[in-house]
Amino acid sequence: MSALAVTARSARRSHTGALGLGVATLYLSVIVLLPLSAVVARSLDGGLGAFWDAVSSRQAVAALRFTLLVSLATAAINVAGGTLIAWVLVRDRFPGKRIVNALIDLPFALPTIVAGLTLLTLYGPRSPLGIDIAYTQLAVLLALLFVTLPFVIRSVQPVLIELDREMEEAALSLGARNATIFRRIVLPNLVPAILSGAALAFARAVGEFGSIVLISGNIPFRTQVSSVYVFKLIESDAPVSAAAVSTVLLLVSLAVLLGIRALGHWGARHDR
Amino acid sequence: MTVDRRWQISLRVLALGYLALLLLVPVGLIFYRTFEHGVGAVWDSITTPAAIHAFQLTLEVTAIAVPLNTLFGIVMAMALARGEWRGKGLVNAVIDLPFAISPVVIGLSLILVYGTKGWLGGALANLGVQVIFSVPGIVLATIFVSLPFVVREVTPVLREIGDEQEQAAATLGAGGWTTFRRITLPSIRWGVAYGVVLSVARCIGEFGAVSVVSGKIAGQTETLTLLVEKRFGNFDLAGAYAASALLALIALATLLAMTAIKPRREEGDT
Amino acid sequence: MISQHVRKTVLALLTLVALAAVAGCGGSSDTAGGSDVSGGGDAKTTLSLVAYSTPEVVYDEIIPAFQQTAAGKGVGFKTSYGASGDQSRAVEAGLRADVVTFSTEPDMTRLVDAGLVDQSWNTTPNRGLVTTSVVAFVVRKGNPKHIKTWNDLLRPGVKVLTPNPFSSGAAKWNLLAAYGQASHAGKDPQAGLDYVRKLIAHVPVQDKSGREALSDFTGGNGDVLLSYEYEATTAQKKGEDVDYVVPDDTIKINIDIAKTRAAPAAAQQFLDYVLSKPAQQRFADWGYRPVNAAVLAAAKARGLFPDPPGLFTIDQLGGWSKVNDQFFDVDRGSIAKLEEDAGVSTAK
Repeated sequence: MSALAVTARSARRSHTGALGLGVATLYLSVIVLLPLSAVVARSLDGGLGAFWDAVSSRQAVAALRFTLLVSLATAAINVAGGTLIAWVLVRDRFPGKRIVNALIDLPFALPTIVAGLTLLTLYGPRSPLGIDIAYTQLAVLLALLFVTLPFVIRSVQPVLIELDREMEEAALSLGARNATIFRRIVLPNLVPAILSGAALAFARAVGEFGSIVLISGNIPFRTQVSSVYVFKLIESDAPVSAAAVSTVLLLVSLAVLLGIRALGHWGARHDR
Repeated sequence: MTVDRRWQISLRVLALGYLALLLLVPVGLIFYRTFEHGVGAVWDSITTPAAIHAFQLTLEVTAIAVPLNTLFGIVMAMALARGEWRGKGLVNAVIDLPFAISPVVIGLSLILVYGTKGWLGGALANLGVQVIFSVPGIVLATIFVSLPFVVREVTPVLREIGDEQEQAAATLGAGGWTTFRRITLPSIRWGVAYGVVLSVARCIGEFGAVSVVSGKIAGQTETLTLLVEKRFGNFDLAGAYAASALLALIALATLLAMTAIKPRREEGDT
Repeated sequence: MISQHVRKTVLALLTLVALAAVAGCGGSSDTAGGSDVSGGGDAKTTLSLVAYSTPEVVYDEIIPAFQQTAAGKGVGFKTSYGASGDQSRAVEAGLRADVVTFSTEPDMTRLVDAGLVDQSWNTTPNRGLVTTSVVAFVVRKGNPKHIKTWNDLLRPGVKVLTPNPFSSGAAKWNLLAAYGQASHAGKDPQAGLDYVRKLIAHVPVQDKSGREALSDFTGGNGDVLLSYEYEATTAQKKGEDVDYVVPDDTIKINIDIAKTRAAPAAAQQFLDYVLSKPAQQRFADWGYRPVNAAVLAAAKARGLFPDPPGLFTIDQLGGWSKVNDQFFDVDRGSIAKLEEDAGVSTAK
C-alpha cells in the first residue's frame, strides 16, 4: 500500500472527523449553550445594577448560603459513607453482594419526584417509622444524600479495583499496622477519585429540585434552596431576578465542574 | 491489606445499614403503599386513559431523545478521545453542565428561547411550529438533561483501548467507515450500551424541566412523572403511588440491564 | 454472546413497549374507563381550556355534559390544569387557550395586558365571574381544637397552614382575609398588618400552592388550614377526614373566567353553558358558590353557603392592582416585608 494513498486516506478521515466534530459541537450549542446564554442575557436585561440587587437580596443570599452549606455537608457525608461502601463492595465478600452493587445505581434511575414523594411519606407526619422531620434542614439533607449516593462510590470503585496490592503486602510484611497502611498507602491513591466523586455530588446537590420541593417546606432563610428560590421568583413575575440568580447558580456549577476536570489532570499526573 | 474479621463485619454492617436506611426502606415503601389496596386497584390506576397516554408519551420522548444523544455521544467521544483540537476543556465542561443545572433553570432557559416572546419562538410560531407547551418542548428538555451519558461512558473506553487497531486497519487499506463499523464500534459497544441505559433511565425520570415546559395538557403533554405530581395533588395518593411504582419498576429494569452490561467493563471480586 | 440477564431485560422492556402500543390511544381522563373528552378525529372544533388546578373535578363533569348539548356536539376539548399563576404565565408565553379561568384577577389582567383577552371580559352580566367562594378554616374532623375565630388562630401552639403568597393565588386571598378582618375591611391598616405578622409566626411551612397546602394538611401537618371553602368540600367528597368553619369575618373570593381573543365561536357557547343552571349546579355540588342566582338561592335554601355577617370584598380593600402593589410587591409590599422579617427572626 503506497504511503501516499495512506496519507490521502488519513486526510480524508480527518476531514470527516472535523465534520463530525463540527456537527456535534453545533448540536451541543443548540441544545445546551443557546438556552443557557438566553438566561444570562435575560439576567442583564435590567442592567448590572438590577443584577446585583437580585443576587444580593437577603433571601437570595440566604438561599445560596443554605444551598452551598447543605451541598457541602452532602458531599462530606458522601466522602465518608461512599468510600466505606466502595471499600466493602470491592474488598469484602458476602451473599447478595452483586444485588447490593446493582442497587447503588438506583438513585440514578429513579425519578426525583418519586424519590421526593417517598421521602415525604417515610419521614413526614404520617411516617410509619414515627419520625417527623419534614420541612427541616435534615429532610433536605436526606433527600440530597439519596440522589447523590452513587457519585463517590462509583468514582472510587474502579480505582480500588485497579489498586496494586503489592504495595500493601510489602508494607504488611515490613510490620505496618492496618491503619497505617490505609492512611499512607491506600488513601492517597483514592484521594483524587474521592474528590472527583465528591465534587460531582456537590454539583448535583446544588441544582437538585424535584426531590426537595415536596419535603423541604421552602421556608425562606431556613430550608429554601436556590433552585426553589428561582422557582419562586418566576412565580412572582420577577423573571429578570430569576435569571440573575440562575446565572449565579450556573457559574457555581461551571466552576465546580472545571475544578473536577483540573482534579482529574492532577490525579493523572500524580499517578507517575 | 487484610482486614481482621471483626473490622470486616463492622464495616460491612455499617455500609449495608446506611444503604438500607437510605435506599431500601424508601423504595420498599413505594411498593408496599402501592399494593396496600390490592392488585386490582393498581391495575385500574395504571390503565386509565391519562395513564396510558402518559406512558406512551414518556416512551415516545425517550425514543427520540436517546438515539439523538447516542449519535452525538459517539461522534463527540471520538473527537474527544482521538482528536487534537483547541477548546476541549470548555467543551468538556459544557457537556457536564446538564448534570449540575437545576431543572427549573433548564425550563426557564427553554422558554426564553422558544416561547412566543423568546429568541426563536416568534419566528417558529410564524412558521406554524409550536415548541414550548407541546411535545417538541418536552423532547428538547429531555435531550438537554440526558445529553452527557453516552459521551461520558464511551470516551474513557476509547481512550483506554487506543487506536492501534484502527491504524493497523488503515495500513491494510480499510476505509474510514469500514474501520469504524468493524473495529471501533464493536470495541465500544458495551460503553455505548451502558450509556444508553443510563440515558433511558434519565429520560423516563425527568420531572423538573418538563414540568415547566410541558403546559400539562391532559392527554397530550403529560408525562408519567407529571402524572405522579398531578395525582398527588388530586388526593389520589393510591394513583400517585401506582404511577410511581411503575416508574420504579422501569428503574429497576434499567438497573438490571446496567448490572448485566457492567461485568463486561469492570468487576471487583477479591 | 448475550447473557441471560440482558436477554431477559430486553424481553421485559420489549413487552412493556408492546403493551404500550396495543393499549390503544391514551386519552385525557384519569379515571378507569373514563371518557376521553378530546373528541377524537371527528371533532369539528377543538377548544383549549386552560384553568387553575382545583376545578378539574368539576370540569371533568361539565365538559362531557356540554358535549351532549346541541351547541357542544362535535366539540373536542384540550384541558390543562395547574397553579393559577403558572397557567397564566404559560398562556402569555404561548400556551394555546380558548377559555381561561384563574383564581386571582391579576392572572387575568396579565393576559389582557398581553392582548390575549379582551378588555371587556369583566363587563358581562356575571362580571367575568364563574363562581365565588370565601376563605374558611379547614380543620380536622370534629374540630378537636375548637378553632372558630381568627383569634383562635393566634392561640399558643396552634399551627396554621397557608401557602406562600408569592407563588400561590390562594395564599393571597388568605392573607387578605386575615388582614381585612383585623383592619375592619381596610379602615385600620396597622391593626391588619399586626395581625398578619402574628399569624405568619404560627405558620410552620409555606407550600407552593393551595392544593399542596391542602395535601400537606391532610397528610397530617398543622392544626388548621386557611383555604377556599370549596377546597374543604372537595376534600371531603374525596374521602378526607376534614371539617371546615366559615369565620364571621372573611373575604369573598372571585373566580374569573373569560374567552381569549382568538377563540372560535364555540368558546362563547361553552362559556354560556358554564354559566347556565346545569353546570352551575355541578359547581355547587362540589362546594363552589355559583353565580347563577337561581342555583345559589336553591342551595342557600338547603342550608349551604351561609352568608358570613362580616363578609367583605377586595374592592373594599382597594381592588387587586392596588392590593398587589401595596401588599405583595416583592420589593416594596408590606406583607412581603412581613414575610422577610418573619424569616429573619426564625433563622438560626
